[in-house]
Amino acid sequence: MNEQGFLQIMLYLLVLLACVKPLGWYMGKVYQNDSNLLNRRFCGFESLLYRISGINPAYEMRWTEYAAALLTFNLLGMLALYFLQHWQAILPLNPMHLPAVNPDLALNTAISFVTNTNWQAYSGEANMSYLTQMLGLTVQNFLSAASGMAVLVALIRGFSRRNSSTIGNFWLDMTRSTLYILLPFALLLAILLIGQGVVQTFEPYQSVTLQESHQPHSSPAELAEISQAINYQSIALGPVASQIAIKQLGTNGGGFFNVNSAHPFENPTPLSNLLEMLAILLIPAALCYTFGMLIGDTRQGWALFTAMALLLIPMIFISVWAEQNGNPLFNAFHIDQQFSNLQSGGSMEGKETRFGIVNSALWAVLTTAASNGSVNAMLDSFTPIGGMIPMSLMQLGEVIFGGVGSGLYGMIVFAIVAVFIAGLMIGRTPEYLGKKIEAFEMKMAALVILIPPLLVLGGTALTIMLDSGRAAILNPNAHGFSEVLYAFSSAGNNNGSAFAGLSANSLLYNLLLGGIMLLSRFGLMIPVLAIAGALAAKKSIPVGPGTLSTHTPLFVLLLMLTVLMVGALTFVPALALGPIIEHLQMSGYTSLNGR
Amino acid sequence: MLNPIKPALIMLLALTVLTGVIYPALVTLYAQTFFKDQASGSLLYDAQSVPNGSQLIGQAFTNPKYFWGRPSATQPFPYNAAASSGSNLGPTNPALLALIKARIAAFQAADPDNHFLIPIDLVTASASGLDPHISPAAAHYQVSRIARLNQISPKRIQKLVDDLAEARQWGILGEPRVNVLLLNRALTQLVATNER
Repeated sequence: MNEQGFLQIMLYLLVLLACVKPLGWYMGKVYQNDSNLLNRRFCGFESLLYRISGINPAYEMRWTEYAAALLTFNLLGMLALYFLQHWQAILPLNPMHLPAVNPDLALNTAISFVTNTNWQAYSGEANMSYLTQMLGLTVQNFLSAASGMAVLVALIRGFSRRNSSTIGNFWLDMTRSTLYILLPFALLLAILLIGQGVVQTFEPYQSVTLQESHQPHSSPAELAEISQAINYQSIALGPVASQIAIKQLGTNGGGFFNVNSAHPFENPTPLSNLLEMLAILLIPAALCYTFGMLIGDTRQGWALFTAMALLLIPMIFISVWAEQNGNPLFNAFHIDQQFSNLQSGGSMEGKETRFGIVNSALWAVLTTAASNGSVNAMLDSFTPIGGMIPMSLMQLGEVIFGGVGSGLYGMIVFAIVAVFIAGLMIGRTPEYLGKKIEAFEMKMAALVILIPPLLVLGGTALTIMLDSGRAAILNPNAHGFSEVLYAFSSAGNNNGSAFAGLSANSLLYNLLLGGIMLLSRFGLMIPVLAIAGALAAKKSIPVGPGTLSTHTPLFVLLLMLTVLMVGALTFVPALALGPIIEHLQMSGYTSLNGR
Repeated sequence: MLNPIKPALIMLLALTVLTGVIYPALVTLYAQTFFKDQASGSLLYDAQSVPNGSQLIGQAFTNPKYFWGRPSATQPFPYNAAASSGSNLGPTNPALLALIKARIAAFQAADPDNHFLIPIDLVTASASGLDPHISPAAAHYQVSRIARLNQISPKRIQKLVDDLAEARQWGILGEPRVNVLLLNRALTQLVATNER
């Protein structure tokens, strides 16, 4: 790797690391309801919200009530978003007069945004009115993220409470996450992005005359009609900055435009790119500190953070290496793929010049380590290894930082499994953070770990057998299988990124992926809340000589191995059919031809 | 257990107003007050103040007298700024190899005496299909063709490229690049002054 690239990656990691403690501490204060910290007037707004909704902020919920509130809130959000798309043609703020979104696409999108997946079967500038983007998509960017954070806080209470039948109040956790964490940081980020050139306007698409009129690609039948049209360019605009800010911060990832953060209006400069990349991991990383703070032992939070970071960093370097090496099939051509001070070189198909290899490959890793799913380059055109890295990061269960809230509760579940394995080895009842881990918790943990792979592999297998499933594939051979596997890995882990050559806007994909997104979100949240309820009811056992300490390097290693082992045992065969075989074909072709 | 439907409804409504109306409205107000140009698309204007491009959105150039930008995979015509899209062609797809061969042939036909290797970004489609930039290497590669067809010295064209080249932001971030539309606008002016 070149020095410039190394420097950019280090800069990114250092800035991120520097933010973990202050932001984590602040979020801890928010969830501890430290009233000194927050502006009194804003707190007044919070109590007003509770008053008009008939919520008693002092009320404590059992885990089943917590889950019921969460599900009701998300279900209503989904309905609202569906009907907003359904009626967008007759609603205001639709300057381009876009028609109603198709029912299956609208359902898929509603599920996708409520589950924090933000899978894009739609094309923003061609399907969604300004009102839908703002009042529907932006809102769920906030609320789905806040729901994930609420579940995390409830799980943390499971560890910090003793002999308690309740795990907190969903309305408070969700509202505080929105008001004091997501909203202020989104405002700040939006303001910074606007300075870089991200658009924010309600004006219709801007028509500009072109310097040189030109021809369409090749469609002789339409030529006469279209060639007249290409004297001008219609430039899509919209209230972009406000949505991009929360899309990045809330690990949502659904772009305002079709190509997401590769679009110059969503991500115009290298600085906007850095800010958006930071926003991807900011909250998931800082929540590790919050976790430690709330259970009264920050070392436990740093241990989880370390495990996540150590899994993340090698992925970054492999990804950059794979993309920088370029495509060996091009070596026969009269072209230059080498890095120099004048070009980034490497595999540039589907990448933007201003980001080059390093920032595209780095983004691909961050967005799939976190369950963000936004992209600044087209992953479908990545080299086989470069594309396998994001795919495997999703398949590991979105616990390497993962989604806001959901990543950390996923990792805590893996920690429970890790202490269970350790307990089996030394023949003691496993315990984590002073709570005994017994049969019920293990059953729930097994559900959390097994549901996503089942959905991913089952969905891929089913789809690849159907004609309509295979018809959506763009690229031939092994890469075509990768496209389908990627789609289900993305939906089954609530990520939302895609090998976008797949034409996923069809009845089959919209419904199947929609169902999978629902199951992988709420099918995991409910068992996690059940664990929280069961743990809260237990007494706390003091640390004894036989207790496995869970903040040591040994435990970090054990946790990393648990994550890797579950992922590898589940997904290596499927990966062998897609990216691995394609890599062998690509390099094998080269060596056979002596180039 | 309390019935969660009423609080859920009212909360959804209230938070929708806050995050879906007040928040974007505030951001828009800020943007249109302090960064009107950027927030409206960083538009460029001709002498009559008619918008004729955006600094951030590339345009298609096929005339060999102009610098050519990245290939664009948007449909139905390249650089369609109302339908951003990459090619999504995989690395081993024969269609990708065929496209690249054709693009190489186009460059070689337009400048048969140029035997330098063609920079990769000139023959691969960008992610957005609207990439306004090419690498400095890609601009340098085209200097000989531009100079010959516009009858201006290569040195003068090279200077134009160097003047418009953007370094890494803050010396660290991103990649060095040249904005093709701005380059071609400057080139047009240069040609006009030369003819006068």
